Parts: sequence; structure tokens; C-alpha cells
Amino acid sequence: MSMSKLLLLIPLLPLVAATVVGLFGRKMPRHFAHVLTIVAVGMAFILSAYVLNQTINGFTLNETVYRWLTSGPIQFEVGFLIDNLTAMMMVVVTFVSLMVHIYTIGYMHEDPGYSRFFSYISLFTFAMLMLVMSNNFMQLFFGWEAVGLVSYLLIGFWYTRPTAIYANLKAFLVNRVGDFGFLLGIGMVLYHFGSLDYAAVFESAPRLADAQVQLLPNVSWSLMTVTCILLFIGAMGKSAQVPLHVWLPDSMEGPTPISALIHAATMVTAGIFMVARMSPLFELSTTALSTVMVIGAITALFMGFLGIIQNDIKRVVAYSTLSQLGYMTVALGASAYSVAIFHLMTHAFFKALLFLAAGAVIMGMHHDQDIRNMGNLKKYMPVTWITSLIGSLALIGTPFFAGFYSKDSIIEAVKISEITGSGFAYFAVLAGVFVTAFYSFRLYFLVFHGKEKWRHPHHHAHEDGHDAHHHGLSPEDNPHEPSWVVKLPLILLAIPSLMIGYIAIEPMLFGTFFNNVIVVDANAHPAMTELTHHYHALLHSPAGMALHGFMTLPFALALSGVLLSWFFYMKRPDIPAMIQTKCQIVYQVLENKYGFDAFNERFFAGGSRFIGGKLWQIGDVQLIDGAMVNGTANLIGKIANKVRHLQSGLIYHYAFAMIIGVFLFLTFFIKIN
Amino acid sequence: MTVFNQHLLSFAIWLPMLAGVMVLLLGSDQAPNRTRWVALVGAVISFLVTIPLYTGFQLEIGTFQFQESMSWIPAFNIHYHLGVDGFSVPLILLTSFTTVLVVVAAWEVITKSIAQYMAAFLIMSGLMIGVFSALDGILYYVFWEAMLIPMFLVIGIWGGPNRVYATVKFFLYTLLGSLLMLVAFIYLYHQTGSFALTDYYDLPIPMNAQIWIFIAFFMAFAVKIPMWPVHTWLPDAHVEAPTGGSVVLAAIALKLGGYSFLRFAMPIAPDAAHYFSNVMITLSLIAVVYIAFVALVQKDMKKLIAYSSISHMGFVTLGFFMFSQLGLEGAVVQMISHGFISTAMFLCVGVLYDRMHSRQIADYGGVVNTMPMFAAFAVLFAMANSGLPGTSGFVGEFMVILAAVKFNFWVGFLAATTLIFGAAYTLWMTKRVFYGEVANAHVAELKDINPREFSILAVLAILVIGFGVYPEPITALLQATSAEFLTHMETSKLPISNIPAVGI
Repeated sequence: MSMSKLLLLIPLLPLVAATVVGLFGRKMPRHFAHVLTIVAVGMAFILSAYVLNQTINGFTLNETVYRWLTSGPIQFEVGFLIDNLTAMMMVVVTFVSLMVHIYTIGYMHEDPGYSRFFSYISLFTFAMLMLVMSNNFMQLFFGWEAVGLVSYLLIGFWYTRPTAIYANLKAFLVNRVGDFGFLLGIGMVLYHFGSLDYAAVFESAPRLADAQVQLLPNVSWSLMTVTCILLFIGAMGKSAQVPLHVWLPDSMEGPTPISALIHAATMVTAGIFMVARMSPLFELSTTALSTVMVIGAITALFMGFLGIIQNDIKRVVAYSTLSQLGYMTVALGASAYSVAIFHLMTHAFFKALLFLAAGAVIMGMHHDQDIRNMGNLKKYMPVTWITSLIGSLALIGTPFFAGFYSKDSIIEAVKISEITGSGFAYFAVLAGVFVTAFYSFRLYFLVFHGKEKWRHPHHHAHEDGHDAHHHGLSPEDNPHEPSWVVKLPLILLAIPSLMIGYIAIEPMLFGTFFNNVIVVDANAHPAMTELTHHYHALLHSPAGMALHGFMTLPFALALSGVLLSWFFYMKRPDIPAMIQTKCQIVYQVLENKYGFDAFNERFFAGGSRFIGGKLWQIGDVQLIDGAMVNGTANLIGKIANKVRHLQSGLIYHYAFAMIIGVFLFLTFFIKIN
Repeated sequence: MTVFNQHLLSFAIWLPMLAGVMVLLLGSDQAPNRTRWVALVGAVISFLVTIPLYTGFQLEIGTFQFQESMSWIPAFNIHYHLGVDGFSVPLILLTSFTTVLVVVAAWEVITKSIAQYMAAFLIMSGLMIGVFSALDGILYYVFWEAMLIPMFLVIGIWGGPNRVYATVKFFLYTLLGSLLMLVAFIYLYHQTGSFALTDYYDLPIPMNAQIWIFIAFFMAFAVKIPMWPVHTWLPDAHVEAPTGGSVVLAAIALKLGGYSFLRFAMPIAPDAAHYFSNVMITLSLIAVVYIAFVALVQKDMKKLIAYSSISHMGFVTLGFFMFSQLGLEGAVVQMISHGFISTAMFLCVGVLYDRMHSRQIADYGGVVNTMPMFAAFAVLFAMANSGLPGTSGFVGEFMVILAAVKFNFWVGFLAATTLIFGAAYTLWMTKRVFYGEVANAHVAELKDINPREFSILAVLAILVIGFGVYPEPITALLQATSAEFLTHMETSKLPISNIPAVGI
């Protein structure tokens, strides 16, 4: 089989499986749904791995699949750009998707929407693959919105829950705000570069580096800055950067497997991927890079704070995801695109692991998600416990674990970076290390160690009482380790969470892996060059880097975060309670998530409804219909009232009128001719 | 066969009307099934005869094809002159296709005066195809006005409780505009001694006359599209119309206005079209933004979709008046796509209304629990209405927005807000109607769609996705025509010599 056909198969296999299962799944036995989709996604994974192997050996491809639309000189095409970046993303997406497919067999096995769920996640895999494999902006936008659609469907999967259908609408609309900017950015690209094809755009980018656009009279902006910021607004929506992050915590209303797949490992990283792909554009605007970096830094730090006070196991992980996405964004801002992608990859493994482990805990706790009701689960769920520990250690950046290599590289890159905002960003990512360690191990200790709190009769009653799925564990029951379909993905994800950083850092960051894919202007943004130099001169090897890592500030911060959480939640649980009462204001601010939700609800949602109501009542009903239309009708009615006296019913009146009329017409026509 | 091939357009126009007459003769309420089958066979045949217009269309020709001409009223030099280009062919196919759907959709739903109902739609279909293919001013005008009669009847006989108000409002709006259009034709006749459209295209016209001609046409077409602020008849008409009436109104009748801008107002008075372009763009943007806000607060599903239609038609006029190929073709694609999506949306409301006899959003909730298959379709069409890529609803909006960013960033900015507001009003309605717990006992008793309803929605779903994934077949039709059109539009028609200006 030719490579083109093989590449086409990779997205089409999940699409076909999703379609077949979606159309016929309800009438077929259950295993039909998971066998078909798992085979399809599994094959897509194997083929992707093969493609990655090929690209590592120098294979690249930029090819049109079909012409989507022609308009004059402009052609829109569907096509693939396959290089190391694409192939790596394909492997990550299909691998995590495969793990989630397997896991779902166990997690959803009682759900009436079983086959629908498999159909959705396979459809998601297709959409995500189309996004990463695209060679043009149009298809990128298709994949971009298609993953958003599946996200919408999956957040609202349990469509009878009011919170779920609120969350999915919110997620879609907030993403649409991002896509609004993204589409305008695409419009700027088409206008100024004359094409939506990546290769053509990147080729003409240097020529337009100094181009100016006048969007407001007498104000000139750099074309690159405007375009890149508009594109980045799209990334802010998809990758949940402040202030468009508000949808991600609520997306936890969806079943846990999709939180792992969509809202941690793959879809939310699409923005990161996109900016890295657009590095030839972003490199030409330091202003845009500064914006990216500052937004990322705000997200990394301030979303981390919110993780501290959450009690829902999934929400803690969700805020951690937001914070980690902030780290990736900061790396992008520092022109360390390869580091951002590297962190994207390591994060995909350990965060998918953490989410799936959280799902296992939730199953063990009979759908109670409140970490205050858990404790000592290590005794009952050893596999979940060990894999969670691995995931948490990777997340906080423990040397030798995957997250260490990527996060430490981000911190170093930001430290070197000199663009506006890098000082703040460096502080934010450093402080973020402490915060991450603190909330991660707060969760870890509360769940896996300490007292078995569900045995207390007055444990935190189900605060999410609206939720029929939260049954909770009764005091006399023991939680159980889930079946092997759940454990297998945990183990398979724990392996890369441990090792992938060690293996991949040299080629991806300091080797030639991203040559010709990611463009960095080393003169203007020297971070990566210096980082590479530093690595080769001082650290020499991944092991050397890890050993050196034990002596650095980030490690000290992470360690103190872990120790503090142990002290607070294992040793002296009275202290956090005391802090909470002492610092009511801070606690309230965090509890209200800095007021974003309230503001959006009141200002945007309420404001739109208010404006809509006014425009309708005053504009349409009163002015146009009331004054103009019905006014005209009334006026005609009044005139008719007068004129009808002409209709006297007397023949000679009519005859007279006719004669006068004919006479006038004749005069008129004779005059004219 | 040669007779058929040489008179394709005549067949396309007169076959459905003949079928309508047949239905009236053969059908009655006593024999409902015979009536329905006669109507269906007539509609299908009428659709089939329009297919050669697509397959035989020569893509590289930008001027009129399949022309037929013969003298009709020699005294005034009026001809029965037909012809189509890339703009009209897709609209004709849309018309004949939609008529089939309307007949099927009415199958068991219409029980009162079935024959008259079916006949009205078949005749209307022929008349609308006449509008799309007439190249003679008077012929066009006759089709244009005649088409209103069956529409009045449909709303007036099978309509809702407030149908009289709606039809009178519709009538008032349309009549005023149409009369001015007639005046414009008479003026042009005085200038050329002909009602032939091609003569009008070549006629140099002084600026002030162009302005008046443009205004006269504008009054007729803007009402039909409808553009803000002459749009308020549409929500009322939709609310009172039976499902089929709403479908034809939204899918085709609105396009008569859009199409006529391309066929008459703009090419006859190109300098005036340029002169008014900023006004037109402003009105279009008001339609896109203002109407989207209004749609958000509607409580009646049909009103909401009606406002959504106005907002989407804003993209059509916006695309026209930027005078770029991308925008223009995007506008035509938007018309076609809106034909499918609005049909689907109104049919979905019809499915619910047939069961619950309510169009109020508040009367629903959790429909997905009792009608899962139907809900899947409804969500798909809602997504298409929100312009999701991969559905046809995306293509036209995408093209127009891209063209708008090039035209003027802020025009693009305002147009692109549809991404947010279009999704907001459509999906909020979807949420309130389909998601959630079963809201009441009536919803609990709902039965999922039957095979007939399923097949209609499935066909539309295939089209909506098909043209979203592969819109090239539509745009290929438009290429030559839109290039020809834009060349014509860039050529000033102001008289070169100093002919004294003639006003009307």
C-alpha cells in the first residue's frame, strides 16, 4: 500500500467505526461497539507508530487529498502534512485514545449509552487526527471545531443532568469565542498571504515580517502581531487560557474517560500544537510572543491556586490541567516550541493516567467524587495507588520522571528568555511548581493515605446532591480495585509517565527531531540555543540532567510543596481548617474562581439576553411593526375611510369618473409621444 | 427527446404546474392516498427533469444556457424568454427537490383539502422555477407575483389562528415593493423598447436614473430576502404557516429576493450598486448582529428559526456587495445551504408540532429521552445552523467572512460574531427542547420519528454533511458565472456622451 493511502486510512478507520457504531450500535450486542472501535483505533495507532518510524528516518509528505472548494484563484484543499511533529501527535492521540477505549469498557459497562459513547470517542479520534495531520488552515479549522463538537456531545453525555447540559453549552460557546478570533486570524492569513496552505504561508512569511496593517484610522500595527494574536485567541479557547478557561472545569461533568482523552491529553493541547505549527509566524512578532507568555503565566499560576481548594477529585485534576497548559503556553512564548510540544507529550501520558486513576477511584468509591470522604485507598486499590503515585510524581517534576524533563526545560527556557513579560513568567512557573506539588499531594494523601473517612457516619454528604450518579460508598463497604480493562491502561500509561522524558528529551529538544518543522529566530529569541548549549556543556545526558535536578530551586520548591501538604493534611489537619477561617476573603475569592463565572453569567449571558429583549421589543415590535407597518396600515385605513365615500353606488358617479380618467390618460399619452 | 432537450426549462416550469392541475382533477379528500401519490409522482418527475440542467451545464460558460425564446406579446415586445446561469441552476434544483420533500412531509399530516394543498405547492414550485429562469422583465414579473397567490392560500387556509394578520402583513410589504419594481421595468422599456434582460444589461444609464432603478428593485427584493428593517413579516408568516409553507418560504422564497439582486438590481444598475454598497453592507451587518440578538430571546421555535433565517440571509447580501468572487460565491453557497438547513429545522419543528401542537420552547424539555433518533437529527441540524465545519452551513459563512476580512477587517469582525451568537441561540434552544429530564407528561408520551419522517431527515442530513465535506460541485457551477458577473459589475454603465439625465 502506498504511503498516501496508508495515511488516509489512519483518520478514516476511526471515522468508519464511529459511523457504523453510531448508526447501528443500539441494535447490536455491546461488544460490537467496543470491538469495532478498538480495532479501528488500535490499527490507527499501529499505523501512526509506523509513520513516526518513517518520519524519524527522514520521511516527510505534503500532499493534497482532494480539492474542497475553488473560488476564483483561491483553492481550498483537504490535505496532509506529515513530519515529525505531526507523526508524534498522531502517536500520542491514537495511543491515549486506545487506552481510553479499553478503559471505557470497564468504566461505562453499566451505562445505557454504551455504544453511543464509543461512537463519540472514535469520532473524536478522527477529528483530532484531521486537526494534527492538516496541511492548511481550513482543515485545521475543521478539526478544531469538530473536536469541539465531540467535546460538546461528550460533556453533555448524561443529557438529563442540568449541570452537564449547562456545561456543554458553556464549553461550546466559550470555544466559539476563541474560534471567532481564530477565524479572523485565518481571514488575515488568506488576505495577506494569499493562501491557506501552510507551506505557502510559511514561505511568504519572512517577506511580510515588517508589513503593517491599519485596522483603525491612523494606527498602524504589525501584520504579524495582529495575525498571531488573533490565531492565539483561538488557542486560548481550545487550550483554556485565561480568560477563556472557564469552560474546562465545568467540562468535568462528562464521563471520566473523556476528561482524560479530550480535556487533558489531546483536544485541549490543540492550541499548543497550533502555535508550535505556526512558529514561522509567531517568531516574527515578539509582541505576540510576549502576549502568549503572559497569558500562559497567568494561567499556570492562578489556575494552580484554584486546585488547592477543590474537593472534587476530578476538579483538582482539571485545575492542574489548566495550570500545565499554562506552562506549555509559557514555553511557546519563550520560543521554546519544542519544549512546549515535549511537555504536551509527557503531560498527555501522566495526565491521562491521573484522570483514569481518578476514574478508578470514583468507581471504587461508588461514584462519590469528594476527596474528603476518601482515605487509605492504597490498602484496597494497590494498582490505582501506585500508578497514581507515578502520575503525581511525574506531574510535580520529580527528577527522572517524564514531567521533570519537560517542566524543568520550560523553567530554564523562561529563565533565559528576555522578552517582555519573561520576568513575571519566570516567577509564575517557579511559584507554580510549589503550588502544583502542594495540591497534587494534597489529593494524593487525602485519597490514598490517612483515615478511611467514608466509614464516618457524618462524612461530607453528597454536596452535588443534584447528581443521581453520586451514590457514595456505605460505611461498611470496602472499595475494590476495578477489572483488568481499567488497570491495563493505567499500567500502560504509567510506563511512559516514568520513562518517556528520559528517552525523548535528547532527540526532541537538543537533537534534530524538529529540524525544518519548528522555526526559531535564534538571534531574537536565543532561549533554545542557550538551553541546548547548557545541556551539552554541563548536563551531558538525561541522567546528568536528573541528578543536577536534585540540586535546583524547582526541586526544592516541589519537595517543600509535598512536605507542606503532608504536614497539613496528614499530620495537622486542623491547620488548613484554621487557615480557611482566618483567610476568609482569600478563600472566597478562590471559591468563586476569581469571579469569572459570575461575571460572564451576568455580563455576557445576561447582557445578551437583555439586549436581545430590548432590540426585539423596542426595535421590532414597537418601532418597525408598531409605528411603521401597522402605522401604515392604520393610515391607509383612515384614508380609505374618507375615500370610501366616493363609492356611492350610483352608476352615474362611476361613469363620470371613468370618463374623466380616460380623458386624463389620453392627454398624458399623447403628450408623451 | 430533442423537444425535451431544447425546452428543458419549460418542462421544469410547466411540469410541476401540470402536476398540480392533475392533483386537483384526480385528487380529493375522499381518496387521500391517490391524491398523495399523484402529487408525489408529479413532484418526483418535476425534480427529475431539472437534473439535466446540472448534468448538461457547461461549467466554462458564464452567460445564459438552455435558452428558449419566443414572442409572447408582440405589441410590447414581450418574450417568453428563459435561460439559466450558474446562479440559477442550483436554486432551480433546490426548488424542485424541496417540493418533493414538502409533499412527503405533508403525507399524513395534512388531512384537510389535501389535493388543494399539494397542488398549491406543485404550482408554486413551477412558478418559482419560472422566476429563476425568466430573462424577460414582464415574464419574470408575472411569475414573481403569481407565486404569491399559492403562498397566500397555503398560509390562509392551512395556517394558524392568526393567519389573517400574517397574510395581510405579508401582502402589504410585498405589494409596495413589487409595484416599484414594475415601474422600473416600464422605465427600462421606455429606454430600450424591450423587456429583454440582456438589453438592459447593455443599456447605459445615467447615475441618477440608476439610483432610482436600484431603489425600486431594492424595495421589492429587500422585502423578500428579507433585509432589516423590512423583515418583520417573516416571523409572523412563519409562525402562522403550516410546515410545508414555512419550508418553501425559508428554503426558496427568500432566495427569490437574493437571486433577483444578482439578476436585476446589480447588473442593470452596477454604478448605483457600488454607490449603495456601504448602505447594503450596513443593513446586512445589522441583520447578522441585531437579528441574532433578537433570535436569542424568542420563545417560539418557529420565530427563533425565522429570525435565524434573516440573520443567515444577512450573509447573502453581505457577500453580494463586497464585489469579490469569494464573497459572491460564498453568498450563493449560503443560499443553497440555508435551503437545506432551514428546511430541516422547520421540518423538525413540524415533527414536534404534529405531536404536541405547540411551538413554545417552554412546553418542551428532555425530548431526547423519548425521541432519541429524532434528537440526533435535530442536534445535527442545529450544529449545521451554527455553521459547524463539515456541514454545509459552514461553507458559505466561511467564504463570506474570509472575503469580509479582506474587504474591511471590522466588517469581517461583525460578520464573524455569528460564530458566537448563531451557536448561542441555536444551541440554547436545543438545550431547552431536547436535553434535560422529561419535562412533562406530554413529552413522556412522544413517539420517535416514523420511517417517513426518518427518510426525509436522513436525505437532508446526507446533503448537509455531503456539501459540507465536498462543496466543490456547487462552487464549480458558480465559477464562470461569478467571474462574468464581476467583470460586468466593474464596468461602468454611465453614458459616455453627455446625454441629459432622465429621472422617473
